[in-house]
Amino acid sequence: MHFIHKYGSPNYFYQWSGTWLKILSALTLILMALGLYWALIISPPDYQQSETVRIMYIHVPSAWMSMFTYVVMASAGVVAMIWRIKVAEIVVAQSAIIGASFTLLALVTGMLWGKPMWGAYWVWDARLTSELVLLFLYVGVLAIYSAYEDPRTGAKAASILAIVGVINIPIIHYSVEWWNTLHQGPTVTKFDSPSAPLSMLTPLFIMFFAFKTYFFALLFARTRNALLSRERHTSWVQEILEK
Amino acid sequence: MNIFLAVLQRDLKLALRRRREVANPLVFFIIVVSLFPLGVSPDRELLSEIAPGVIWVTALLASLMSMDAIFRSDYDDGSLEQLLLLPGSKVLLVLAKVTAHWISIGLPLIIIAPVMALLLYFPAHAIVSLMVTLLISTPILSLLGAVGVALTLSLRTGGILSSLLILPFYIPVLIFSTMAISAATSNLPVMGYYALLGAFLIMSLILVPFAVVAALKVSHN
Repeated sequence: MHFIHKYGSPNYFYQWSGTWLKILSALTLILMALGLYWALIISPPDYQQSETVRIMYIHVPSAWMSMFTYVVMASAGVVAMIWRIKVAEIVVAQSAIIGASFTLLALVTGMLWGKPMWGAYWVWDARLTSELVLLFLYVGVLAIYSAYEDPRTGAKAASILAIVGVINIPIIHYSVEWWNTLHQGPTVTKFDSPSAPLSMLTPLFIMFFAFKTYFFALLFARTRNALLSRERHTSWVQEILEK
Repeated sequence: MNIFLAVLQRDLKLALRRRREVANPLVFFIIVVSLFPLGVSPDRELLSEIAPGVIWVTALLASLMSMDAIFRSDYDDGSLEQLLLLPGSKVLLVLAKVTAHWISIGLPLIIIAPVMALLLYFPAHAIVSLMVTLLISTPILSLLGAVGVALTLSLRTGGILSSLLILPFYIPVLIFSTMAISAATSNLPVMGYYALLGAFLIMSLILVPFAVVAALKVSHN
């Protein structure tokens, strides 16, 4: 487990994440431009939903990322609890903010789509409710993190909550699923015969990768900033500042 | 096992000496349930339809509000720290505290719940299912609630924050319990829901105490 300590040491993390930040930002720019152009201009309008279908290219990647981010947060929480890595503690807090934003984005775009399609901004459907509960879980992690004056203690408490949450999320998800379902079934993950045409799936997948690189770029940027301010009294930060 | 019995005995004795404090969640439960007919409507049909939800949500809140007592006074006078320093299993210590809390808060709630259900015109033949779901689920509520309290012990504004953290985790319990009750009201099989709740209880019994121990350590830093 030597490598965890190596890559997680604040000084070394700051060095290697700098390179990655550049690569990921460039990738995000390219993918986002390509994906948005394809999604908003090239891809055809849906025969039933017409132009409204274009909301999907933001909505679906945000919803995917909202769940992915929780897993990243909980994994960082495990690393933070076991190896006491400072960088992992910062990653927990930063991914909570990013994840909450993705969740909110998924909810808002979903509501904007729901009004013309279902005739209501909000219905108590299983997937909508799950996403709302996910937002509550993120808010909980953020609340406990900021309640502590000492950010390290706050991050440890947030890590525990995130780990408990990641075990609970599948249970919450399926209990809600049983309770009520109105949302259209998955149209992408049925890999044998996706029910969406390729002209829509391609931009969707490009947007998906764009969101993913965007997430990691954002996570690295935020973690680096938080790290600098947290470690501002140490010699390696002073050295960077003097450069 | 010794530590389990010793702590259980101690906490139950303490609960017996603070009878009024222990009765508070119960009174809260009774008052809040009787507010619903006043706030919604005294209509028989409507009340009997919302009764499972009302009783369950109120039970969740009553159990959450009483959760703070599980560690608070021991934390404040330092005895919790001493207990954690004892040799022996911390998990058993946590389980003992949760069990004592459940016996002093959860059990009375289960006993009073049928009376409150009848006040809401809840059909008598489904009362058993209400009690069974409460019997299986209130220990889950106590276990999960203990995580929230343990995480917020060292904070001044712990109470409301711990509810905010833990309430989302109560959702599966709420859904399975109320689904079981509505199945029982319409004479449908309910064993499946009980089994799910039981599985959730076993899982919580095994996993949650570790989270509580970790959280208590963070609080004592």
